[in-house]
Amino acid sequence: MINDTIVAIATPPGEGGISSIRISGREAFVISDKIFNTKNGESLACRPGYTAAYGNVYDGENLLDDGVALIFRAPKSYTGEDTVEISVHGGDFLIKQVLRAAAKAGARIAQGGEFTKRAFENGKISLTQAESVMQIISARGSQALRLAARNKEGALSKVIEKITSKLLFLVSQISVFSDFPEDETLMIDEEDFIFSLNEIINDLDTLISNYDKGKYLIGGINTAIVGSPNAGKSTLMNLLSKTERSIVTPIAGTTRDIIEETVQTGEFTLKLADTAGIRKTGDEVEKIGVDAALKRLENADLCLGVFDISKPPEAADKELVLRLSGRPSLLVLNKNDLEDKSEGYFEKLSLPFVKISAKEGIGEEALNEKIKEVLKINELDQNSDILGSERQYQKVVTAKNSATEALSALKGGVTLDAVGILIDEALSSLLELEGKRITTEVADEVFKNFCVGK
Amino acid sequence: MTTYFAGKTDVAVIGAGHAGIEAALASARLGAKTICFTINLDWVGNMPCNPSIGGTAKGHLVREIDALGGEMGKAADANTLQSRMLNRGKGPAVHSLRAQIDRRDYSAYMKHKMETTKNLVTKQAEIVSLSKNEDGTWKLVTALGAEYTAKSVVIATGTFLKGKIFVGEVNYEGGPDGTFAATKLSSSLLELNIPLRRFKTGTPARVLKSSINFENLELQEGDIDTVPFSFETKTPPENKVCCHISYTNDQTKKVILDNLHRSPLYGGEIEGVGPRYCPSLEDKIVRFADKERHQLFIEPCGLNTEEMYLQGMSSSLPEEVQIKFYKTIPGLENVEIMRSAYAIEYDCVDPTALFPTLEVKEHKGLFGAGQFNGSSGYEEAAGQGLVAGINAAFNALEKEYITLPRSGSYLGTLIDDLVTKGCADPYRMMTSRSEYRLILRQNNADERLTPLGHQIGLISDERFENFKTEIALKEAEIKRLESTTIAPSDEINRLFESLGTAPLTTGCKLAELIKRPQLSYEALAPFDKNRPIISKQVADKVETEIKYEGYIKRQLASVNEMHRLEMKTLKIDTPYEKIDGLRLEAKEKLSKIKPMSIGQAMGISGVSPADISVLLIWLLKNS
Repeated sequence: MINDTIVAIATPPGEGGISSIRISGREAFVISDKIFNTKNGESLACRPGYTAAYGNVYDGENLLDDGVALIFRAPKSYTGEDTVEISVHGGDFLIKQVLRAAAKAGARIAQGGEFTKRAFENGKISLTQAESVMQIISARGSQALRLAARNKEGALSKVIEKITSKLLFLVSQISVFSDFPEDETLMIDEEDFIFSLNEIINDLDTLISNYDKGKYLIGGINTAIVGSPNAGKSTLMNLLSKTERSIVTPIAGTTRDIIEETVQTGEFTLKLADTAGIRKTGDEVEKIGVDAALKRLENADLCLGVFDISKPPEAADKELVLRLSGRPSLLVLNKNDLEDKSEGYFEKLSLPFVKISAKEGIGEEALNEKIKEVLKINELDQNSDILGSERQYQKVVTAKNSATEALSALKGGVTLDAVGILIDEALSSLLELEGKRITTEVADEVFKNFCVGK
Repeated sequence: MTTYFAGKTDVAVIGAGHAGIEAALASARLGAKTICFTINLDWVGNMPCNPSIGGTAKGHLVREIDALGGEMGKAADANTLQSRMLNRGKGPAVHSLRAQIDRRDYSAYMKHKMETTKNLVTKQAEIVSLSKNEDGTWKLVTALGAEYTAKSVVIATGTFLKGKIFVGEVNYEGGPDGTFAATKLSSSLLELNIPLRRFKTGTPARVLKSSINFENLELQEGDIDTVPFSFETKTPPENKVCCHISYTNDQTKKVILDNLHRSPLYGGEIEGVGPRYCPSLEDKIVRFADKERHQLFIEPCGLNTEEMYLQGMSSSLPEEVQIKFYKTIPGLENVEIMRSAYAIEYDCVDPTALFPTLEVKEHKGLFGAGQFNGSSGYEEAAGQGLVAGINAAFNALEKEYITLPRSGSYLGTLIDDLVTKGCADPYRMMTSRSEYRLILRQNNADERLTPLGHQIGLISDERFENFKTEIALKEAEIKRLESTTIAPSDEINRLFESLGTAPLTTGCKLAELIKRPQLSYEALAPFDKNRPIISKQVADKVETEIKYEGYIKRQLASVNEMHRLEMKTLKIDTPYEKIDGLRLEAKEKLSKIKPMSIGQAMGISGVSPADISVLLIWLLKNS
């Protein structure tokens, strides 16, 4: 398996000037030559490293586009292996075709994090470097980039260090208490101890809640677009993504499966899922779509409930409003270019709303502002500390849980040796976060979170 | 010097302190012909510092030594003056047994044990030279010119190696308690390229009992229910003496501060590094200036002597200053000093030069143990002596070495810390040094180590059978408690109320009740009609395992993970220099330490988690 040739799209999804794929492994040149014909007919395999060649990209016999191939020779590449990067004109559809062509020519589609894992295996980068690189890659939008950069510089490290040193102090107190039992001055003041432990739990809590806000900026917002059939969900999706991705027809019930799109809107990224209109249906296929839509609604970071205000609210609309209340949601009152027949029903609810016309492109900016408001992104102190990745988040959550458990054990009269073990657990979680201890899972877990390609 | 050939042996042990004794006994008991050399036969197993054995974490070590088939626990039980289980209220992980010991009787017991052990000869002789023969055996030469050949050598020189005594401005070559130092052996070791360095330790004065006024001193008595160290000792030791507690005061502090310039430590004459965990009184006063008073324990040294030991009051100040400051302490106003406090500096090895087998990396058949390896304490020494002795014998008998995993014992943790991390000051065992405290309890040392002791041949079949029977009893009792339901009654609820725990409303399993912090196995006895008769030791295990089940399970998970990594072995000749991706520092450290497993490698400072990942991936690629 090792050193087989892998391929992946190296540029982020969405619109851009160029898109590229990266091919790495023993047969990188052979495979590239099958899909890329240089203008002067020279084989890529014959070219020296660090050079570029212009040529045509083929899928078998079919010309896909013209583009540029960059040559990297082992070990002087990101992965440390022979590598070719082929760039074509921007666009998700085109680059997927190039990817498919490379796969047909013999490359294996890379698993998540595989390029970085190879770079790591070949000694090109360290584990910590790998993590930061990943964050910079996956950080979309300027704010996310800034946060990732701050983490790399160690702002987060410093906050965690502070909590760590508080925990270390507690651990050392227990240690001294147990190891020097005959010294009367080394007794533990339980009240002080509980106070410190509470303080630590609060600090960890702050980190966790900031993460919940910050993860929208880094990872994008999972957004479900829901609403009655023909309320204009797909039009909204298309407006936001500026493509004709969803099929927009006046026939209710057109969108039966979930259509996804990643959209950059100003400072943040929406991961949009356009769902089937929610209505009672006898059509089996459509019913599956409706069920999926409901499920999506429950798991989303943000629900955009789309309502057609050019007609009076129906029972289904009222039912949907109920579903939306209590979760991060925004009522998108669509079709405000037409006469408002909603009788002010939606405005009277205590849910945030915005009036737009998706079809005419009216109110897009107001929509963005409202989204920020709903997700409290505005309240997030841009200099506050945010945990950069799910792995770090999990460790902080573990630390908090262990510390909380320790607190209740202590209050419940459990002996200090056992309480100490829970505090040790909290501490070692945080130490692991700083890379100061290891379990074999660390590497695997980190790589699982890696974006493909740099 | 004219030498003569005095004989061949399998194993030679240099030193008959706590490390040397265990090494020599283990080696001889395993069937290796063994000679143990000591500078003075009257000081075999001497306790030149505290007249006590055990204490926090050290008590665990004694239990483990006993569980593996060592002698220390039995010798301590046979010569106990007072016994206490420390930390009783703080949970089973930190329960630690400590006993005051009759120092001279202990020494006599050990000397006689050695004299009566088959395959073992103990000789009074100073080894002045150690060198390698062409056939790989070792040549030892005594001060009187006797030349011995040995297949394995254990160096257990304690504080004797180039020992130097300091009392104020006075200093001279010497060993502990007025013995001679071993002044010549160090140069042989340097010739063998063994990295030596200087450590120091110290001891307080011994004073005459009749000169102490005990009237206003706090009394410290032994436990009512005493527990022996050895799993084989059937009669619990008796308390024969009491200890007393007193405190220093402002005056003590003043005397010391006024005379600090006369301390060799602060004057710079002592180059050796002292133990952080057992500082001299002047150290404590300087480093913890805010502390108003320091505690001291007045402990008897034996039944046939009036010498008393002043625990906590070690010093290297001049004798006249010592007299002055001791007399500021309540109870010691008229004290007569019989032996002065002193500091002692000695040569020892950087333990990272050793494998976890305690064999010197560069020299097959050469082992180190005890203070020579940078540790401090009788128990730490004895434990290492046992492991070094076993492996020295196995080298001579051409058997496979043993190593003790970190995840299985304090002894394994001690050795791993020493050889993997090294030590900057004399290493003392502490409960916090083990990540696995709740598993590595003093009450289950037998379960952790006796099977190994039996397998290598230090535990008799009879003892092993008894051990297995006890385990079966324990397991059956746990099962019974887990399946026996107790019904609510006024009587039991009255008891529960008095103990501050919720009354029963419906039936409840006994095991569930034992889990409540306020209840114990014993407290439930009146309501548990079918309880079998089991020993206190077994009952203690049963209670601990039920009460802490959740926590134990948690730790077991990490023990298993660590054990898995300890089982991932690394070859001694692993080409770290050539492994891409290892950082330069990691390459250097790994090449130096030559870890025997990934588990050990993880403990090396300067080896990062990323380096470990690289190593794991490299192992994967190359296996």
